[in-house]
Amino acid sequence: MISELIINAFLVTVMLAIGIALLKTRTLIFTVVLTSAYSLVAALMFITLDAVDVAFTEASVGAGISTILFLAAMAYLPKEEEENINSQILPALTCILLGGILIWCSYDLPEIGLLSSPVHQHIVPDYILGSRDDIGIPNIVTSVLASYRGYDTFGETIVVFTAGVAVLVLLKNNTQTSKQKNKNSKRKVS
Amino acid sequence: MNKNPILRVSTKILFAPIILFGLYVQFHGDFGPGGGFQAGVIVASAFILYSIVFGVDEGKKLFPSNINLFLLALGGLLYGGVGIASMLLGEEFLSYNILGSSPQSGQHIGILLIEFGVGLTVSNVMIALFNAFVSFKSGKNK
Repeated sequence: MISELIINAFLVTVMLAIGIALLKTRTLIFTVVLTSAYSLVAALMFITLDAVDVAFTEASVGAGISTILFLAAMAYLPKEEEENINSQILPALTCILLGGILIWCSYDLPEIGLLSSPVHQHIVPDYILGSRDDIGIPNIVTSVLASYRGYDTFGETIVVFTAGVAVLVLLKNNTQTSKQKNKNSKRKVS
Repeated sequence: MNKNPILRVSTKILFAPIILFGLYVQFHGDFGPGGGFQAGVIVASAFILYSIVFGVDEGKKLFPSNINLFLLALGGLLYGGVGIASMLLGEEFLSYNILGSSPQSGQHIGILLIEFGVGLTVSNVMIALFNAFVSFKSGKNK
């Protein structure tokens, strides 16, 4: 129990430090690297919550591939973020208020892993038994994701597909229009 | 293209193990942590690493764009196709019980196929996004 507390306190401290560093930095490459580090710490946090699948996804998607995509997209952005000249009092107040409300509400949450909490009472026992008896797969996460919630995963796949195609269409269109513009300008010159 | 021999050699050594690990995560998702989403990202990262070190043109030679786009669509189609197949066999959409000789083996086949569809779509979307960002020519540079 004590070791868990120490690990959690350490992870939260690292997360806080990364968050503050993120606020301070104006260089985009530092922002990208710090976001990646934040994702990695979040993955460790999911491991302490025994959510290995989520941790795996967070480490590979959040810390891995999105960092690469950010870096690839960063070539088209200025190196430094512009200084924010607007007043930051109202956003700060909103954040503190919302954070306070969330922390206050968290006292009403049932203890993590408590068997009598509502989430573990409703349909989860059926899933746990069904994963063994009906589906025959040891990893309950996979049986929920692929079989019990197959529709949702289908939707997720289509979302990934649509997002990818949308980005491809946007970037392709831009190159085509710039080529057309070049042709037009050449025609005007000739 | 990166001239550094350490990077080039280590990329060549790492490429196959990364793909192997991706396949392990893909097909071992039933028994341990992992599944299509994670495996897709891992496989994509191998190809992206190759593109970063050897250049985008070499990467496109290794994995041509038209195959990439074809597989991108095929993943989603495979997922939907499993659902349609279970409908044609007389069950509801995406109920895998009918696919095998027994309900359990049907579930195994269905889950394996749809996870493979997810992996295909995710990995190819990531590779296509990377290629699109890298070979994108912004208008103001011209």
